[in-house]
Amino acid sequence: MNEALLNAQATVLAGQAIGAGLAMIAGIGPGIGEGYAVGKAIETIGRQPEIKGTATSTMFIGCAVAETTGIYGLFVAIVLLWMNPFLKHLTGTVG
Amino acid sequence: MNVEVQGPKRMISLLSDDGSIIFSISESVVTGWIVILIVLILCLVLTKDLKKIPETKRQCAAEYIVKTVNNMIETNMGRDLMGYAPYIAAVFSYIIIGTLISMIGFRSVTADISVTGALALMTFTLITYTKIRYNGLGKYLFSFVNPLNIISEVATPVSMALRLFGNVCGGMIITMILYGALGTLSSSVYGLLGLNADVYYFNIFQIGIPAVLSIYFDLFSGAIQSYVFIMLTMAYIKMGKE
Repeated sequence: MNEALLNAQATVLAGQAIGAGLAMIAGIGPGIGEGYAVGKAIETIGRQPEIKGTATSTMFIGCAVAETTGIYGLFVAIVLLWMNPFLKHLTGTVG
Repeated sequence: MNVEVQGPKRMISLLSDDGSIIFSISESVVTGWIVILIVLILCLVLTKDLKKIPETKRQCAAEYIVKTVNNMIETNMGRDLMGYAPYIAAVFSYIIIGTLISMIGFRSVTADISVTGALALMTFTLITYTKIRYNGLGKYLFSFVNPLNIISEVATPVSMALRLFGNVCGGMIITMILYGALGTLSSSVYGLLGLNADVYYFNIFQIGIPAVLSIYFDLFSGAIQSYVFIMLTMAYIKMGKE
């Protein structure tokens, strides 16, 4: 293995790690959204305690749907960290 | 710190003459068989010699489960879609036992994207079937005149599969990272105390602390996600009917 290939691989790995970290910025959105949904649900329960069951189950559904974008970010991060999708493009071109 | 996250292992492989793998059965499928066996045994035990007036606790439990599922379908989907109750209950029991099986040492069935993808495709087929059955094939095809509908149609199974997979797999990864960190912590504490790490290789900090995370990620998150999966299934099927 020559030095150019090693350097290129190190660059690709560093880029993957940075990309995985950046992909997890997607976690901000669901955090805000779920917090808002739970707050609203608690307001509803405080106003009408008799519909606690319905409000809670509806809140969980809403939270799960809001979570989807964050999960997409997590999926991208997993792929970048453990599946090394870009390393295999390298061997043919450099070295 | 060395964290190695692995996908499901190959359990049974069919090899060709030169040793390459033609076909292999993964760990998820084998664990899935165990889950199916557990569900089957539960069904057989709960429905053994049923009486018209329940005498045993077993029969009361079985009736309670069936009544809960039926009530849920009735409130969420309406009376005329009661035929979907067995499918919903089957998917729910498969997902929840497949997720909770990680508490006794197996790999979660739902931490494999093929399994969640298959479940989501089943639901997608059912949604499409309901749409065509209640609105007719012409109306279903006509909805694709607007090409944006194709994207939303494809997004349904993809988001359902990724949601279940991401939650379970994310919990698994966080647990593994915590195990790695606690192992490093133990060995550095041994190093500070001047003990030989080769002799005292036992990771003292790995006892107990991961169990707290396991309560959230395995028990709570697994139960919530399987509930969410069937609730979304019901919501999509009901939307497909209208």
